Amino acid sequence: MEISPDSWILYEWKGLRLNATIVFTWVVMALLVLGSRAVTARLSESETVSRWQMMLEVIVTSIRDQIAEVGADDPGRYLPFIGTLFLFIATANLLAVVPGYVPPTGSLSTAAALALCVLIAVPLFSIGERGLRDYLSAYVQPTPLMLPFNIVAEISRTIALAVRLYGNVMSGTVIVGILISVAPFFFPVVMQLLGLLTGLIQAYIFAILAMVYIGSASRGRRDPDGPSGPRNAAETGG
Amino acid sequence: MDSATWIAMISIFTAGLTIAIGSIGPALAEGRAASQALQAIAQQPDASNTITRTLFVSLAMIESTAIYCFVVSMILIFANPFTSSVAETAAQAAGG
Repeated sequence: MEISPDSWILYEWKGLRLNATIVFTWVVMALLVLGSRAVTARLSESETVSRWQMMLEVIVTSIRDQIAEVGADDPGRYLPFIGTLFLFIATANLLAVVPGYVPPTGSLSTAAALALCVLIAVPLFSIGERGLRDYLSAYVQPTPLMLPFNIVAEISRTIALAVRLYGNVMSGTVIVGILISVAPFFFPVVMQLLGLLTGLIQAYIFAILAMVYIGSASRGRRDPDGPSGPRNAAETGG
Repeated sequence: MDSATWIAMISIFTAGLTIAIGSIGPALAEGRAASQALQAIAQQPDASNTITRTLFVSLAMIESTAIYCFVVSMILIFANPFTSSVAETAAQAAGG
C-alpha cells in the first residue's frame, strides 16, 4: 500500500521525476491563484456585488477576525501569510472529494515545508516588530540556563506542526484504503466525510498555531500575563 | 526463523501495541477536555465562541499524541526501515 503520494511518479523526463505531490500542489496553487484572479479582476464597489466577490470578502474578513481574536494588534500585517497557509491547506484537504486526487498535505515533504515556513516566519515577524536584540534576548528570558530548552522547544514545535498535519491527512487516506478492502461502499464514504471535517479543522489549527507562535514571539514580554486564550493552551501543549 | 521473519513479526506486534497504548491517554484526555468545555459552555453560554475555539485547538493538540503513535505504527508496518537493510545484507551474503 502507498502511504505517501511521493512515491507515485506521474511523469519522468531525463531523470527528473514529477511525483503526485508536486503535481497536485501545482493544481491547488493554480486553482487558488486563477480563481482569485478571476474574481478580483472585476471587483465592484457599487451596491451590486457579484456572489464570488462576496465569497472572497467573507473569507478574508473572517480570517482577519480570527487573527485579531488570537491577539494580534494589527491583523493586516499577518493576513497574507496566515491566510495563505489556511487557504492552501484547506483547499488541498477539501479537494479530496475529487476522485483520483491525493491530498499533497498527506506527504511529509509538503507538511514539513509548510512548518519550515512557520519556523522562518516567526523570527522574521518578531524581528520586524521588536528588533533583533529584543528578539534574541527572549531566548535567555528567565535565565540563560533556559537557552537550550528554548531552542529545542522552537525545533520540536516545528516538527510537531509538520507531523500533526501529515499524520492527520495521511491517516484519513490510509483508513479509507484499508476500509475499502474490508467493508466496501458505505463505510469509506462515512470516513471520507469525517476526513473532510478533519481536513478543514487541521487547516484551521495549522493557521491558528502559526499565528499563536508568531504572536507570542513578537509580543514577548511586553505583557507577560496578557489575555488568556488558545495561546496558553497551545504553548503548553506544543 | 530467519531475521526478516523476526523483524516482521516484532514490527507487527509492536505496531499494534503502539497504537493500542498510545490511544488510551489521548482518549481519556479528549473526553475530559470535552466534558469540561461543555460544563463551561453550560455555565457561560456567552463565552461559547471562545470556548469552542479553544476546545478545537486543544483537542488537536491532544489528538496529535495519538497521531504520532499512528505514524510510528504505520512506519513499522508499511515503511519499515529495517526490512530493506536485512534484505540487502542477505543479498550480499548470498552474492559472496
